[in-house]
Amino acid sequence: MSSGSEIARAETAGAEIGILEAVPSGPPAPAILQEPGTLAAFWRRLRARRSAVAGLVIVGLLVLMAALAPWVAPYDPTATDWGNVRGAPSLAHPFGGDEVGRDVLSRIIFGARASLGAGLVSVALAVSLGLPLGMLAGYAGGWIDGAISRLTDALLAIPFLILAIALAAFLGPSLVNAMIAIGLSATSIFIRLTRAQVRAVAAEEFVEAARAMGNPPWRIARVHILPNIVPAILVQATLTIAAAIIAEASLSFLGLGQQPPEPSWGAMLNTAKNFMDEAPWMAIWPGLSIFLAVLAFNLFGDGLRDALDPRQRT
Amino acid sequence: MLQFLVRRLALAVPTLILASMIIFALQQLLPGDVATALTGEERDPQVIAFIREKYHLDEPLPVRYAYWAGGVLRGDLGESIRLQKPVSELIVEKLPVTLELACLAMLVALAIGVPMGVLSAVKRGQAADTIANGIALWGLSVPNFWLGILLILLFSVELGWLPASGYVSPFESLSENLAAMVMPAFVLGNAIAAVMMRHTRAAMLGVLGSDYVRTARAKGVSPLRVTLRHALPNAAIPIITLGALEFGQLLSGAVLTEQVFSVPGFGKLMVDAVFNRDFATVQGVVICTAATYIALNLAADLLSAAVNPKLRRA
Amino acid sequence: MTAAMTKLLLDVRDLAVAFDTDGGAVHAVNGVSYTLHEGETMGIVGESGSGKSVHVLAMLGLIPRPPGRVTGGQVLFAGRDLLTLKERELRKVRGGAIGFVFQDPMSSLNPGMTVAAQLIEPLRIHLGLDGRAARARATELLDLVRIPNAASRLDQYPHEFSGGQRQRVMIAIGLSCRPKLLIADEATTALDVTVQAEIVALVQELKRELGMAIIWITHDLGVVAGISDTVQVMYAGRILERGPVDDIFADPRNAYTLGLLRSLPDLSGSRTGRRRLHQIEGAPPDMRHLPPGDPFAPRNAFATPRCRTEMPPLVQATGAAPGHLVAAWYDLPRLLAPEAGR
Repeated sequence: MSSGSEIARAETAGAEIGILEAVPSGPPAPAILQEPGTLAAFWRRLRARRSAVAGLVIVGLLVLMAALAPWVAPYDPTATDWGNVRGAPSLAHPFGGDEVGRDVLSRIIFGARASLGAGLVSVALAVSLGLPLGMLAGYAGGWIDGAISRLTDALLAIPFLILAIALAAFLGPSLVNAMIAIGLSATSIFIRLTRAQVRAVAAEEFVEAARAMGNPPWRIARVHILPNIVPAILVQATLTIAAAIIAEASLSFLGLGQQPPEPSWGAMLNTAKNFMDEAPWMAIWPGLSIFLAVLAFNLFGDGLRDALDPRQRT
Repeated sequence: MLQFLVRRLALAVPTLILASMIIFALQQLLPGDVATALTGEERDPQVIAFIREKYHLDEPLPVRYAYWAGGVLRGDLGESIRLQKPVSELIVEKLPVTLELACLAMLVALAIGVPMGVLSAVKRGQAADTIANGIALWGLSVPNFWLGILLILLFSVELGWLPASGYVSPFESLSENLAAMVMPAFVLGNAIAAVMMRHTRAAMLGVLGSDYVRTARAKGVSPLRVTLRHALPNAAIPIITLGALEFGQLLSGAVLTEQVFSVPGFGKLMVDAVFNRDFATVQGVVICTAATYIALNLAADLLSAAVNPKLRRA
Repeated sequence: MTAAMTKLLLDVRDLAVAFDTDGGAVHAVNGVSYTLHEGETMGIVGESGSGKSVHVLAMLGLIPRPPGRVTGGQVLFAGRDLLTLKERELRKVRGGAIGFVFQDPMSSLNPGMTVAAQLIEPLRIHLGLDGRAARARATELLDLVRIPNAASRLDQYPHEFSGGQRQRVMIAIGLSCRPKLLIADEATTALDVTVQAEIVALVQELKRELGMAIIWITHDLGVVAGISDTVQVMYAGRILERGPVDDIFADPRNAYTLGLLRSLPDLSGSRTGRRRLHQIEGAPPDMRHLPPGDPFAPRNAFATPRCRTEMPPLVQATGAAPGHLVAAWYDLPRLLAPEAGR
């Protein structure tokens, strides 16, 4: 099977024509930040994608909302109000009230902290474990690579959410444990990606040259390899944040994440499930918030991928 | 072909062994004394002593693993402390329900994802492509437990067309079984459909840009036949492989879907076990999932080898 | 050359093709005009990016659209303008009256379909043949391209054929519906030298048997010499020189043609004396920002100031054989005279 286009194969009128053709998905090609001035070009390409900009704006607004929650939220998210038990949306409580009369809007605003926090912290954990391990595997090769790769295979054999649930179950239910569980479950993704990227970059000529000039391995890894694999990691991290937000909501929905009375979108849905006929708004808003946050990170991640690697564009 | 099979098996076995080690090691995460944790509410020193004896808790970790793994090989996954039943029996009881759900969900995913992916590849850059990509993004971003709640709100609470929960064996009443399964299957298939759509699109774009598709067009073959007869079969291999891999993700998603719709399957078993601190059952479910996933991986490789004429005749 | 005296088959007028990219439009073909008669064999020569392949693909709607688009011109084939035909009508021409042979027989045949299935497809579409009749014709075709045991090989897959045999299968597909015109796009480029010679010989035989016109697209002047009546040299989407094959080889009038000829190891037995192998200096132009004048001027040692500002028209070369056209502001034989005298 050939991935070359008709034109690119028949005659290459400049490499530009080849770019037009879709290349089946694979790891993003490296060496993007290698050429000077491409950072500006990247920013321009990113801004040209309306969906990516929309994603970034929504992410920004959500982060702002989470950070400023105590000032933005109209009520204390844990304060109960017996006059507002399963209260329908009103001027005083635009999103209505929950089963013990807490203001749903305030809980949504504070819940952003759990969701975004879990997304960011767990992915940061996964990257900080996966990146060094992946670099070690990709760069050292030999039995080290073999051992890390087999371990990664074994971890990947357990579906992401199942592993996260199992980890959370054994660690005990709490938001922090949910973050750890999600982070550990996502680590294998980053080990595998980093390893593949490192191997691709290490085979490039400028790395060969750096090695021939007698640079120590750690220096080659830091100066020559790391900058070139950052884009791919960044894209994967953004998309994994989206997955981690869903995972945190899932764990909280199952009761393995944020514990009551602290608000979390997933936990709110868990309660809402029991009041579907009487108080449907309890189910609408938290779900919509999760959806919006996940969508925003997915949009931004897709845009980031396209902007970082035009060859990948489809 | 035989050589290929042997080589793949040789890779799968150590992966499964490593995965089982990881799953076994989860026990070590339990806070405090393992025996006390395993017995849960039970505080009777005799019971704790019995547990300690049964799981060889006084032995070093590798020895305990050997006992456990030996049991697993004989089909003995331990005893559910809460349900007083062998874990393997529980799994055999619940697995068919989840398999039915997963198969129906895969059907939904294929029926939506593949045609949409083909369409969007053929109409690349046009309105149909944009719409299909939008739907896929929606499918990837909507949390499936929320979608489940929304569907229950609409079809059960508002319209009263479908049962909100419950499960009827297909051998009892096929129509009632399907009525109960249609919403869970759609919810579970939804996210996979999005993944299938994206991969079908990428695979089709690669194939549509190939030289032999140009040859077909140069022969005067109609666009429909070019797509279905020349391109799709050649794009099928990555789609089949991915389908098998996503089956593992279906098991993962089933945990939440079964929770929302109260479907008494594998996932419900796991969640209940988590809350009952029934750790042997949790481990049993996870190792079965991992084994299923690895087996599916193997099946996908064999299937794509069977579809590929080069490997078939070799 | 007698073939050129017969009926007009293909009349290309001012054809232009562009591809839209992020960096602006790539002007791949910039006003190409020529005619081809029934039974004539024309070689089109040029390096990568000269527009030689793209312009024939564009004629038949075979470039991907978008990003490609035909920006102007007419292509009259047997009196009808192919560029204004509906897709449905154009499909009847493709593989019917015009057959194609593509470059890489490895990737140009569908790996998942038997040779029979791929051969029968055009027979069914254009000739309405089916079942036993189609199979019989497919066997005939494999015989025609000299594949031994044709009947037994029909149900094999492309990977079970050698490279040369695959190209023979490609030719069989191209010829399946007795086309009036066969377009061979770098048909021998991917093959070993010995296999190349076999394929060229086969095409020459088939041409004698079937009498179709051929457009042979290649970057290899050596192949063109053996097979063509006329030769056309393309560069940066334009025709720089065109004429009877012998006259082009003996009396090139464009510096680019001369460069191509000098890069050949040995032209023919008629030339005596050893010459250095030349390579054309410089790189092909950026097709997004073409220079205003002759596109080859920046690489041309003989270029005049006018070459850099104004594109020369393609006109009869003075003193050359009739039909020998050249686009050049300079007079190459005169400039070469002192060199010859040295």
